Amino acid sequence: MPTRKPREPLDLLQGTLDLLILRTLIFGPEHGQGIARAIQLTSGDELLVEHGALYPALQRLERRAWIAAEWGTSKNNRKARYYTLTPAGRRQLLSETGKWNRLASAIGRVLNTAKAQE
Amino acid sequence: MFRRRRRTLEDFDAEIAAHVQLEIDRLCEEGLGPEEARTAALRAFGSPTRAEERFYESSHVLWWDHLCQDARYALRTLKKSPGFAVTAIATMTIGIGATTAVFSLVDATLLRPLPYPDADRLVSVAVDLPGVEARDVGMSQPEWRDLQRSGAFEFVSPVWFDENNLTGGARPERVRIVIVAPGYFALLRVKPQLGRTFDPRDYSPGILPEVVISDRLWRRGFGGDPRILEKSIRMDTDVYRIVGVMPQGFDAPGRKLEERNIDIWAATSFYGMPMRDQPPRAGRNLPTAIARLAPGLTLASAQQRLDALAAELRRRFPADYPPQSGFAVRIVPLKDRIVGDVRRPLVLLLSAVGLVLLIGCANIANLLLARGTMRARELAMRRALGASQGRLIRQLLTESALLSVAGGAGGLLLLSLTKGLLLRFVPDTLPQLNPAGLDWTVLAFAVAASIVTGVGFGIFPAVHANRVDAAQVIKQSDGRGASARQAGTRRLLIVAEIAISMVLLAGAGLLVRTFRDLVHVDLGFDRENVLIIRTRLPAPNDPKADRYRTAAQESQFLRELLRRAHTLPGVEQAAIGDTASIPLDQTAHDLKVISEGSYFIALEDRPETTTAPLAVERTDVTPEYFRLLGLRLLRGRVFNDTDRDTAPLVAVVNDAFARKYWPGEDPIGKRFRRTRSGSPWIVVIGTIADARTESLENGSVPKVYLNFHQSTGNRLAIFLRGQLDGAAAAERMRVEVQHVDPTLPVFGARTLDETVSSSLDAVRFSMATVSLFALTAVALAAIGIYGVMAYVVGGRTREIGIRVALGARSAVIVVSILREALQLTIIGTAIGLACALLATRLIAGVLYGVSSTDPATFAVVVSALIGLAMLACAIPVRRALRIDPTIALRQEG
Repeated sequence: MPTRKPREPLDLLQGTLDLLILRTLIFGPEHGQGIARAIQLTSGDELLVEHGALYPALQRLERRAWIAAEWGTSKNNRKARYYTLTPAGRRQLLSETGKWNRLASAIGRVLNTAKAQE
Repeated sequence: MFRRRRRTLEDFDAEIAAHVQLEIDRLCEEGLGPEEARTAALRAFGSPTRAEERFYESSHVLWWDHLCQDARYALRTLKKSPGFAVTAIATMTIGIGATTAVFSLVDATLLRPLPYPDADRLVSVAVDLPGVEARDVGMSQPEWRDLQRSGAFEFVSPVWFDENNLTGGARPERVRIVIVAPGYFALLRVKPQLGRTFDPRDYSPGILPEVVISDRLWRRGFGGDPRILEKSIRMDTDVYRIVGVMPQGFDAPGRKLEERNIDIWAATSFYGMPMRDQPPRAGRNLPTAIARLAPGLTLASAQQRLDALAAELRRRFPADYPPQSGFAVRIVPLKDRIVGDVRRPLVLLLSAVGLVLLIGCANIANLLLARGTMRARELAMRRALGASQGRLIRQLLTESALLSVAGGAGGLLLLSLTKGLLLRFVPDTLPQLNPAGLDWTVLAFAVAASIVTGVGFGIFPAVHANRVDAAQVIKQSDGRGASARQAGTRRLLIVAEIAISMVLLAGAGLLVRTFRDLVHVDLGFDRENVLIIRTRLPAPNDPKADRYRTAAQESQFLRELLRRAHTLPGVEQAAIGDTASIPLDQTAHDLKVISEGSYFIALEDRPETTTAPLAVERTDVTPEYFRLLGLRLLRGRVFNDTDRDTAPLVAVVNDAFARKYWPGEDPIGKRFRRTRSGSPWIVVIGTIADARTESLENGSVPKVYLNFHQSTGNRLAIFLRGQLDGAAAAERMRVEVQHVDPTLPVFGARTLDETVSSSLDAVRFSMATVSLFALTAVALAAIGIYGVMAYVVGGRTREIGIRVALGARSAVIVVSILREALQLTIIGTAIGLACALLATRLIAGVLYGVSSTDPATFAVVVSALIGLAMLACAIPVRRALRIDPTIALRQEG
C-alpha cells in the first residue's frame, strides 16, 4: 500500500510510467531507486510511484531494447543495477513525448471548452 | 542487440534488495533511524512478491505454463472418474475414427488432384448430338484431327480402353490395354521410368509397332528385367517393341475397374489398317477423349473456340452433320468426369458420419454438464479464491480437449489397425486414382476434428459452470448448483440428438428397404449353379491372320468348346455368349458400350427415322443359352441347328422389345437391321419373357439376342450349369479351352450368383455404412436420454418421496417421468421428421421400390425411436419407483 499523504497523489495512467522512466534516463545512467526518486521529485511530489511497480516496467523496456542495464556501484558505494537510454529508446521517447503533448493539449482544450460553455 | 539473455529471478531479487538498501540509505540521510527507515523503504516499495510475480509473468510464456498446469489437473480429475473418462474417450474414438475413415476416402477421391502434373488443365472431351438428345456419342477420326487443330488444346487424345491377349509368357494372359494417340503421354506430362514414350508428332498409319508397359507388368511378366527395352511382346498375334516402362503407381485416368490397372499403352492415329484408310466423319468409333487446355485458355474460352469449331463443321459438312441432330463438342474437367458419379454419395456419407460425431459430442457435452453440476462447488471455490472466469473456462476446455484428443488418437489407432479390412468394403465403383490411406492431410483432419469437437462439446458446460453464482453455490449445503438454464441446455441437446438420429435412421430405413427389394426382386432367370468362365479370341491387326475371321470359322470353334464342356464332370448344360450376355455384369460394362451392347437398329416395316435411331441392347448367344439361364420362351422358337451362318440371320427379342416396337402385333417374322449401311436384314424368330439381365432396377430393357453361330464376337463367356466346384471346374475348362487353342487366355471365373450379388455392391455399401452410422447414432442418443432422465429423477428424489408418502400410486409416478422423456422425444422426432423428409430426397436416386418419403418406413422409424427412448428411461424409472420416502425426506433440501 502506498503511503497516504495529506494531498492524495495522482495515479499513473497506463503507459505513462514508461515515458517517465525514459525521460528520467535522458540525463544519464540511473538505478531503479534513483529513477523512482527522480520522478517523485521532478513531479513536485504529485506523482507517487510505487517502487515495486517500477521494476516490471524497467524489465519491459529492457526487453524492447529501449534501455540497457548493467550492474555498477552507487555514489555511496552500494551495488546497483544501472539503466542507460539506448538510441532506440531515445527515438521512442521523442515520439511518445510528441504524442503525449498532443493528447494533453487536446484534452485540455476539450475540458476548457466545456468550462466555457457552463 | 538481439541477445536474448534471460534474467534470473536471483538477479531480479538482488536488484530489489539493492533498491531497498539505497532507499534506506537515503532516508537515513534525511535523519530517520535505521529501523524506521527500513519500514518506510519497504512500505514505499510495495509488495516484493507482487513485483516478482510480474517479473516472472513478463519473462515466461504464461499460457504454456497454464496449459501444462491445466492438463496435469485435468488428468488428475479424469483419473478420479474413470467411468466418465472411458465413456467419453470411447465415444470420441468411434466418432473420430469413423469420420476420419470416411474423410480419407473423400480426400483420396475428391480433394486430391488427379496424380498428373498440372492436372487442373486436363479435360475430358465429349461429342453430343443435342437434336436427338444423345450425349457422349464418341468421335470420329476426322473430328479428332479437327479438335487437335482447333487451338483449344495443347494435345488431345482419344482414349480407347480394351483388352488383348498377351502371349509368349508361361501362359497366355488377358491384359488391359488402352489405345491412345501418340500425344497421350505428352498430354499427361508423365515421363517413363525406363526408355521413352511415343513421339507426339508420329502420324503414321495403323497401330504403331511399339508399346509402353506398366511397372506392374514389367515386374510380373518380365521379373523386372533391366534389359526390357530390347524385348518385344506378342499381343493378339501382332508383335510390338517395348519402348518404355511407366513409373510405379502410374495408371490411366479411368473411372471404372476396366479402365484401371492398365498394363499396356498402344498408340495410333486411328487410320490405316486395321482401321480404314480414310475414316468417315460420321463413323464415331472413338469412345472418348482427353485433352490438355492450350496455355492461357480457361475452360470457358476453350469451350468458346470449340463452339465456333462445331458451327464451322456443321456449315462445311451438312451431310455429316444433319441440322436436326445437331452437333456440339463439350469439355468438362477430367476430374469431374472421373469422380463426378461418386461425389454425391461420398459427400452424403461424410455428412452421415459427421452427424454421428455430432451426436457423440452432444453426449459428451451432456456428461460434462452433469459433471459440471457435481463440480459446481469446486469451481465456485476456485472462483472465490481468485481464479478469473477466463482461466476457469480455459481449464474446463483443456479437460474436454484432452478427452477428444485422446479419443482422436484412439480413433486413428483403430483406423490404422482396421484399415485393410475397411478398404475391402469399398466398392469397385469408386475411382481410386490416389490410394486412400493415412497421410498428412488425413492426420491433420483427425487432429483438427478432435480439437474442434473437444472445444465444441466443452464450451457449453464450461460457460455454464461459470455462470453459476459462486456465493450461492458455496452457501448451498449439498454443493449442487443445478440451474434451470443448465437443465434446459441438456434437454436441448437430447432433442437435437433424437432429431439427428431420426434423419440417419430414416435414410438407413429407406436404403435397407431398397436393398431388400433388390435382393428379392424376381430376376426372370435362374442364378443358381451357373459358373461363368471368360476367354477372348485375338483380333490381329491384319484380318488375314485371324483364325476366327468368319462366322463359320468361329462357329466351329464354339461347337468344339461346347462339346468339350459337356464332357466335364458335373456339367449338365453349357452355352456360350459374348460378355454382354453375362447378366448384371458390372465389370465389363464400359467395354460393352464400346464394342458390344447397345446398338442402333432400323425396322423394316417402318420408314427409317430421321430423328433418334432406335437403340437396343444386344448380345450374341448360342442356342443353349436360353434354357441354361431359364429364360422363358413366349412365342416362336429359339435358335437351332438349322440357323447356320449361310441361312438368313435370326434373332430372339425380349418382350420389352416386342411391346415397344410392335405393340399389339405378332413380332415373329418381322425384320430389322443395323443402321450401318449394308447391314443385312435380321428376322425375329421368337420372343422371351423379360428378365433383369441389364439392371436389377429396370426389368424391361428392350434387348435382342443374336445367334452366335452367325456372328463373330471375340469376347466369350462360357456358361456351365451343374453341381460344380467353382475353382476346379474353371481349371478344367481352362485346360479344355487351351487344348483347342493354346494361345487363348482364360480368366474371370465367377459364379452367376456372385455376379448378381456384386452388382449390388454399391447399394450394399451405402446401406451397410448408413445403417451402421444410424445404429451408432441411435445407441448414443439412447445413452444420452438415459443420462438426462437419470439426472432428472435424481433431482426429483425429494418430490417423488413426498408424493409416495402422500399415497401416489406408482403408475402416476412412472407416467410423470415418462411424460418428460416423451415430450423431448416427440419434439426431437418432429424436428427430425421434417429434416429427414428433406434429407432423404438426396438419396432418392439410389432408392428402388420405395419413395424417399415412404410413409411405412417413416412410421417404423418414428415408432422405433420413441420406443427406444422409452426403453432408455427404464432404469431411471425403476430407480424412481424404489425411492423410499423415509430416506428421501430426510435428505437435505
